[in-house]
Amino acid sequence: MKNPEILTCFQCGTCHASCPSGKYTSLNVRKIIRDSTRKDISEEPELWMCTTCYNCQERCPRGIKVTDCVLTLRSEAVKKGIILPAHRKVCAFLIETGHAIPLDEKHNSIREKLGLGMPETVSKYPKALKEVKTLLNSTKFPELVNE
Amino acid sequence: MKELSLFLGCLIPNRYPGIEKATKLVLDRLDIKWSELKEASCCPAPGVFRSFDRTTWLTLASRNLVLAENKNTDILTICNGCFSSLMDANNILKNDETARDEVNTHLKKINMEYKGTIEVRHITEFLYREIGAEKLNHAIEKPLELNVAVHYGCHLMKPTKDRKLGGAECPVFFDELVEALGAVSVPYEGKTSCCGAGGGVRSAMLETSFEMTGYKLTRMKKAGVDCIVNACPFCHMQYDTGQAELAKAGKKYDLPVVHYSQLLGMALGYSPEEVGLHLNEIVNPEFEAKIRLIQKQDLSAV
Repeated sequence: MKNPEILTCFQCGTCHASCPSGKYTSLNVRKIIRDSTRKDISEEPELWMCTTCYNCQERCPRGIKVTDCVLTLRSEAVKKGIILPAHRKVCAFLIETGHAIPLDEKHNSIREKLGLGMPETVSKYPKALKEVKTLLNSTKFPELVNE
Repeated sequence: MKELSLFLGCLIPNRYPGIEKATKLVLDRLDIKWSELKEASCCPAPGVFRSFDRTTWLTLASRNLVLAENKNTDILTICNGCFSSLMDANNILKNDETARDEVNTHLKKINMEYKGTIEVRHITEFLYREIGAEKLNHAIEKPLELNVAVHYGCHLMKPTKDRKLGGAECPVFFDELVEALGAVSVPYEGKTSCCGAGGGVRSAMLETSFEMTGYKLTRMKKAGVDCIVNACPFCHMQYDTGQAELAKAGKKYDLPVVHYSQLLGMALGYSPEEVGLHLNEIVNPEFEAKIRLIQKQDLSAV
């Protein structure tokens, strides 16, 4: 178990009461924490409703790293191939361009009007983008996220 | 203290370049020594990539950190997401030998090595700690008499144990920075609540994310503010595009969204256009006219 401290949870519900997403979605962080100690919850859609705001983690009276637990549970789900289509797309952008949100023509022309030119990022330097791709291949990220 | 390398990230250069321009203008005007962090990539974004695979997240972040290490500069971020990813990765890699060794195995393939010699800064905490609200107040030329809804953004303050910027329940440092520019930070309900964008929620569940944004916007509007001031382009985009989207459903807020770099730029005398305010989805001519009027006033006579 990667986050053994969750066994100290006494289900007080402070996490859920503090959750901005839980006001509008079916996300119940208290339940996520409880269920994760009992079964595989990789397929629960609620795992992806957390905005990672850290309110739950900040307020947990047991000092449980609640948000970090959600991140761990998500990565377990990803290992099983459970990835939302929109997130796959963001990953594809990263693999292709080195950016989660790549530069497009519209914003490139806005940059020119502002006198900024190309950003001094991987967008401008093919050698740098190649380095990023080498690293992503080295950690086997494309294999993890490609369908 | 080391000189600074400006880390652009994705959203600022690629969607809100006005914030990039404003940042460069204010850094120069305040005589802060900076240079571009050339060849940097995505931080990578904490919401999706950190959730997906910790090793990939750490490895890509470490490359950005090494780019700055090789220049012997600290990193200056202008986005809470970049701040969060790069600061957290830097802390993990400095303290966890196993993680560092693993990352260096990957970095070796591009002839890089992470050493752990630099710090990661965010423009707001940098200005607050290294210049201070009082000195900033003396440096500005056009005190902006505005009522402002300050939005910290989650990852600027939290986890508080790592950020060390005080408590997150009732934070004050960013309000002080905003008020140093002559504005009034107006209290509003739900001030420390999330904008709704983080954690990959915006990308996968846009409508849900806008419900959280609407919660904030309604309360900001009720407080009677002239604009929203943020420290993060992701929150910035969420408030800006969120308002455009909610307006289609008949909820009109018309609250201009301003990154702190842009607000500071205007307090230093740069026009709303020069700091790229017109590049937002939500353009409020009354607000821009108000800024122009403030900027036209001859303060030397006062």
